[in-house]
Amino acid sequence: MLTRRIIPCLDVRDGRVVKGVRFAGLRDAGDPVEQAERYEREGADEIVILDVSATPEGRETAAVTVESVRSVLSIPLTVGGGVRSFADAERLLSAGADKVGVNSAAVARPELLSELASRVGTQCVVIAIDAARRNAASGWEVVTHSGTTRTGVDAIEWAAQAEQRGAGEILLTSWDRDGTGEGYDTDLLHTMSAATRLPIVASGGASGPSHMLEAFEAGAHAVLAASIFHDGVMTVGSVKAELARNGTEVRL
Amino acid sequence: MSTVTIVSTGTANIASVAAALRRCGCTPRTTTNPNEVSDADRVVLPGVGSFAAGMEALNSHGLTPVLRERAEAGRPLLAICLGLQLLCRSSEESPGFSGLGVIDSDVRRLSGELRVPQFGWNTVERGDTSIRTDGYAYYANSYCVAEPPHGWRCATTPYGASIVAAIERGAVLACQFHPELSGAWGAELIAGWLSRTESSVAC
Repeated sequence: MLTRRIIPCLDVRDGRVVKGVRFAGLRDAGDPVEQAERYEREGADEIVILDVSATPEGRETAAVTVESVRSVLSIPLTVGGGVRSFADAERLLSAGADKVGVNSAAVARPELLSELASRVGTQCVVIAIDAARRNAASGWEVVTHSGTTRTGVDAIEWAAQAEQRGAGEILLTSWDRDGTGEGYDTDLLHTMSAATRLPIVASGGASGPSHMLEAFEAGAHAVLAASIFHDGVMTVGSVKAELARNGTEVRL
Repeated sequence: MSTVTIVSTGTANIASVAAALRRCGCTPRTTTNPNEVSDADRVVLPGVGSFAAGMEALNSHGLTPVLRERAEAGRPLLAICLGLQLLCRSSEESPGFSGLGVIDSDVRRLSGELRVPQFGWNTVERGDTSIRTDGYAYYANSYCVAEPPHGWRCATTPYGASIVAAIERGAVLACQFHPELSGAWGAELIAGWLSRTESSVAC
């Protein structure tokens, strides 16, 4: 049976892991290679690296980081952040990413998804959607550029369109919950899960296994978490053991 | 140190395959040259992308006959994901395109109420293959071989119904999952294939 996946996320800038709430107040949190290795050892099912560099030099560094992580990592690696073109995606895939995440650039130019899917295959294309509850209406809208731009685009409709255009997986971050520790946005997951057949990776808000259980029950196939693992509050292994005790199929 | 030749017709995922081989102590080299593939002791045929694109790439580089010959002779070949599917006759993904036809099967789309693609870790029952233990393997596929093909040893995976996880004949091992991304279990599978095929390689 296909198991539920636990995916630690490394925010990387200029070759170092950084952390902060909603990309504000970033501080150094270690070496990406060491951390990726440790997470694999603890039982992580996959690693996501999110390049939060703001400069072209930083982007170059990201490919080097991916290469170093790939050399030690024998589980899947997804890399996102700043992918605007086939050339960007190709650079990361050649460095050792198995999937690339696209976000703002696909919102601006949805054809990017079809271009990527036709050249590298649906299995390599992850649509990363940052969704925020609308202020004055129901539903969620897509936010881009690290949350600084509210696009007005409906997040659920956007996911359906991304599936049509060739995305193979959805990395769905709740902008309202990210960094809060209040749990994943289960309403968002329910609604999204009904609207697409693609696997959904839930992101934003986890502070423990009970939140992950809620996300799986709401339709997520995988859960992403950063701070709970970085802070050493819990390990991937302890989270999986707890999920297994609650009847969730995980790879142990 | 032994060299393993990777058929590099596409961008995707080659780096992961190469890294996994390096961790097993091999030197990977990539090529699209049919003579090199023909002469190579051991060949890996990875694959990510569509069946049509995969076959067009093999055809355009003149690789189709040498890969077919190798697989039919049971010479060392590790086919991964789309690589397995390309060994079949055809695929629902790309009607009208012929595969290598070494495996007497047609590739089908995963059907039913399942999420497609199948992304993630699923159990592998090793069946009568040389895979040493049952375990979890990482999958990223929308298509599969549903029935064990005649004349091949077969490992299976439950995804809705039972599907082909891996098949084996001679020194040819074809996996629907990605051994290079399947953690320690996958590394052991690759190491096992390498060590079995070492003895069949003339030194």
